[in-house]
Amino acid sequence: MNDHLQYLARHAAAGKLSRRDFMAKAAALGFSAAAAGTLLTTEARAAGPQKGGTMRIGLQGGSTTDSLDPALSTNQVTLMLVRLWGEALVELNDDGGLDGKVAESYEASADAKVWTFKIRKGITFSNGQSVTAEDVAKTLERHSGEDTKSGALGIMRGIKSISAEGDTVSIELETPNADLPYLMADYHLVIQPGGGMDDPAAAIGTGPYIIKDVDMGVRIVAEKNPNYWGDIGHAETIELIVINDNTARVAALQSGQVDLIDRVPPRTAKLVDRAPNITVHSTSGPGHYVFIMHANTAPFDNKDVRMALKYGINRQEMVDKVLNGYGSIGNDSPINSSYPMFTAVEQREYDPDKAMHHLKASGHEGEILLRTSDNSFPGAPDASALFQQSCASAGINLNVKREPNDGYWSEVWNKQPFCTSYWGGRPTQDQMYTTAYLSTADWNDTRFNNEQFDQLLLAARAELDTAKRTQMYADMGEIQRDEGGLICPMFNDFVDATSDRLDGWVENAKGFALMNSYAPLRMWVKA
Amino acid sequence: MPLIVKLLAQRIALGLILLLLVSGLIFVGTMILPGDVAQSILGQSATPEALENLRAELGLNDPPLQRYIQWLGGAMTGDLGTALTSGADITASIAKRLSNTLFLAFWAAIIAVPLAIFLGLLAVRFKDRWPDKLISAVTLASISIPEFLIGYVLMYLIAVKLRWFPSVAMINDSMSLGDKLSAIALPVTVLTLVVLAHMMRMTRAAILNVMQSAYIETAELKGLNGFQVIFRHAFPNAIAPIVNVVMLNLAYLVVGVVVIEVVFVYPGMGQYLVDHVSKRDVPVVQACGLIFAAVYIGLNMVADVVAILSNPRLRHPK
Repeated sequence: MNDHLQYLARHAAAGKLSRRDFMAKAAALGFSAAAAGTLLTTEARAAGPQKGGTMRIGLQGGSTTDSLDPALSTNQVTLMLVRLWGEALVELNDDGGLDGKVAESYEASADAKVWTFKIRKGITFSNGQSVTAEDVAKTLERHSGEDTKSGALGIMRGIKSISAEGDTVSIELETPNADLPYLMADYHLVIQPGGGMDDPAAAIGTGPYIIKDVDMGVRIVAEKNPNYWGDIGHAETIELIVINDNTARVAALQSGQVDLIDRVPPRTAKLVDRAPNITVHSTSGPGHYVFIMHANTAPFDNKDVRMALKYGINRQEMVDKVLNGYGSIGNDSPINSSYPMFTAVEQREYDPDKAMHHLKASGHEGEILLRTSDNSFPGAPDASALFQQSCASAGINLNVKREPNDGYWSEVWNKQPFCTSYWGGRPTQDQMYTTAYLSTADWNDTRFNNEQFDQLLLAARAELDTAKRTQMYADMGEIQRDEGGLICPMFNDFVDATSDRLDGWVENAKGFALMNSYAPLRMWVKA
Repeated sequence: MPLIVKLLAQRIALGLILLLLVSGLIFVGTMILPGDVAQSILGQSATPEALENLRAELGLNDPPLQRYIQWLGGAMTGDLGTALTSGADITASIAKRLSNTLFLAFWAAIIAVPLAIFLGLLAVRFKDRWPDKLISAVTLASISIPEFLIGYVLMYLIAVKLRWFPSVAMINDSMSLGDKLSAIALPVTVLTLVVLAHMMRMTRAAILNVMQSAYIETAELKGLNGFQVIFRHAFPNAIAPIVNVVMLNLAYLVVGVVVIEVVFVYPGMGQYLVDHVSKRDVPVVQACGLIFAAVYIGLNMVADVVAILSNPRLRHPK
């Protein structure tokens, strides 16, 4: 490597030379843009995070009606707010494991029924109060009471009792659950003083930032918490602007008004990426777009009809045309490699002959009605039209009915026997299956009712041996894929973008969009 | 009582009665919306007891007429209740949003109204010659293109390419007036383009209409030049229809800018209303509806009052 180039890169990384000037000088020295870019990134990382500056982020999903109460957090903006000012007991790390946050460590009883979390010593809330085990217990209680409105209630249901003792908190469960620590990483469950019982929307927590100015659905300003214990939160000030319109959000990034945005529309992502000062980041995740059949309703109660439709869908075409390549093909299972105990199985391909064979075997004749709407997932009507065409080649007469956006989730989804929908995914297999595939689940939107599957799910939840659990999940995956009513053609990537004012993006971090919403905390503003 | 005072009193009374009727319509309209308010606040998993408690708390069990009178009484004393979703005081949150909307509308009007009238006069002066045709072509083109498209095009050219003004029109209290004006430059431009054609065409048509009159011929025969004739003799007589269309457009600037507010991320009434409609937050929707209706009725009333005052036959009855 050329010494002079290395010198320039170090200079650029330290902010003494602009990225554009550095690239020009590197090109003059005869290096390709890609090689120079890689070098620059390496140097920037080696220099380590830079402190200070103002990071401005533009996010979709905020509304004037949002609340600062973490229990009521439902969208990307309120989730980001919670990340800024608060912390849960533990947090997902880049490898899919867990790091301690408010909890220093945790351990399970041998039967995975009692979990004990040890509270980190010497950390304080932003109001100066020390964090006690009592605060933690109260927080968990607030989210699990019968009358709570918390979005975390679903995952707190199996808890029998919570007790604080010294610097530990014990959680006793009704039935064993090996995944309990993962549940504690839920973003609703940030630890608040006194559990937030008195003032749930006070936004006082142990997070790296303190909220200074809130105009819900418009703009939020946060300043660095000077007493934060950890090593994230590099920018001095974070300014979060709610920009719900896709074009406006991209334009704000292009015009330099914000440095980081989420949800770049896949259709224009490649164009956005072409700008010299912008990088588009595509991260694979557990979110997926689905066609769901009620497996207990005619004609979908016939396994051959379900199989015919599963073979009648062209998954690759959907990834190419609906996701514009920002995604990966599905395999009629809600689980993909972003889950910790995933086992790959043979890919189901588009096969008109097999589809025709199954349709004949089923004896079904006439059309099959598929309902869809624009908001069931971006591009759902297009995907339905593609499905209709690929089915036509297999002799299946699919009729697509467009439903209005308003009322789709209350009138069509989980009510009509065949429709389009999406899932954001869950951190663990157990949660995903429990939410939507256990026969007694409220959101069992495929009416999947399989005794063996249910038994395996409960057994796997109680199993602390990872190898055995992985095997159980593999078996369940096979059952669900062959017997279930789920047609999953694609997993959608999270597509975010940053300007070159920022550095520190981590490729393919586990979890959800924006590095599991840690991008503003883990990235830094280049000096 | 002079005729004109009586006419004005009648017109204002009519406006108030209209507002009262509209308030009734808004109340009934939001009441017959499908779905129970308590149910939509608590969600699907609500227990019957919780629903009953909330209904009692919100006063949903009282007879409708009593609720209407309470609501109207509150609205007249400036108390619009609290938002169901956030529990915030509606009057306080609307005051902030409404002042933002009025700020944007004010600056758009300051530019658009004089410009439209001036262009209208100019078009009359050069009727059927190239300035007239150019003005008509440009303004008609700008009104025909959907406003969000103009917004996106300007955003791309001025904010992204030239970087003269920001694409996000975010204003807050800590900004100076200059910063605020720079922030709203793009939405003001788009709004100006949208309302310009209507007002300019009406000015042109109204004045041309007057220009057919005998007294214009007299003025010309007196030897006044073209602009003097238009400005001193034609314009005062054409003022009623012009004020009418100006007021309609001002009303549009206040109540019709939802799309522009979304495109430019402007924290005004439109975005506030949309957010609450999607959450079925009825008190906020009612309050916004009432304010929008009041603005519309009020501005139309002003237009009529100006028309009455500008009519010499009413000012000086025989």
